[in-house]
Amino acid sequence: MEVINIKGTDDTPNVILDKANGIFEISGRSLPEDVNMFYEPILDWIDQYSEDPLAETVFNFKLEYFNTASSKVILDILLKFEEIFESNKAVIIKWHYQEDEEDMLEAGEEYADIVEIPFEYVVYND
Amino acid sequence: MNEVKENQGFLDFAYQLYKTMKTNEINLVYEGEVTQEITKTFTSLTEKSLAKSAESNQVQRKVFNVMVECLQNISKHADSIDEGEEERRGIVMVSKGVESYSIITGNVIKNEKIPILQRNLEQVNSLNKDGLSDLYKKQIKEGRISDKGGAGLGLIDIAKKTGSKLSYQFKTLSETLSFFILTSTIKRT
Repeated sequence: MEVINIKGTDDTPNVILDKANGIFEISGRSLPEDVNMFYEPILDWIDQYSEDPLAETVFNFKLEYFNTASSKVILDILLKFEEIFESNKAVIIKWHYQEDEEDMLEAGEEYADIVEIPFEYVVYND
Repeated sequence: MNEVKENQGFLDFAYQLYKTMKTNEINLVYEGEVTQEITKTFTSLTEKSLAKSAESNQVQRKVFNVMVECLQNISKHADSIDEGEEERRGIVMVSKGVESYSIITGNVIKNEKIPILQRNLEQVNSLNKDGLSDLYKKQIKEGRISDKGGAGLGLIDIAKKTGSKLSYQFKTLSETLSFFILTSTIKRT
């Protein structure tokens, strides 16, 4: 599969989707003007990946900030991995948050309430 | 018109504005078109000035967060006084008080949209932290991203992040239009 490697900007996140090396990561900040346009290739990639996923997928979210329009798309991404998880493949979401960032931890917990995938919370310091 | 007199009037106005801003610790005032570029510029300006201050990271993040949602609300939903005008304009003000930051935004809105907006605001204001979290989860599951790119989550998110009630007013401009003012308050402690 092709590798998606998008460098982050002021309003869009870093995205790495690399099946061969088992790297799945979205990090940085996400507040694009047109959320659908930015995330469309990412959602398409995941659709394609879900046809033949790895035995175990570890997806890292290390977001500093995301706007509410992005939060909806993040749920769409998680729902796609929920389907993979339900097809008896291991999926783990590693939700990173900065030490004092309770809002980001809560955001992760809210997603974990909605989707049936194991979440791990990882604290980091800059 | 006497040009000197007019000029003096403007200088007085500028000075008054400066004094008012100083007295009320207003860090930013803007009136004009609100676009993604403007949103990025203001949030990064505010971010930089907050980073220089002794404000906690948490408060800095919340101010940034609320500003983005408020500005994107204007850039998606604001109406204009002139029919057919595509530009989305608004006012934005950020002030720092002893106990809290206030982010005040204002924009023109069609009167026909007020009942729904008011109902959403009242619903958000009636809920506590857990209630807001439940509403957020319900809305994110059921909601769709509109043509304008909104997810109907902005006001819920502001209330969640600030932990304060949303304060708002509608000032009638005409039979068809009003001016909508929203004040979001972020406690500094």
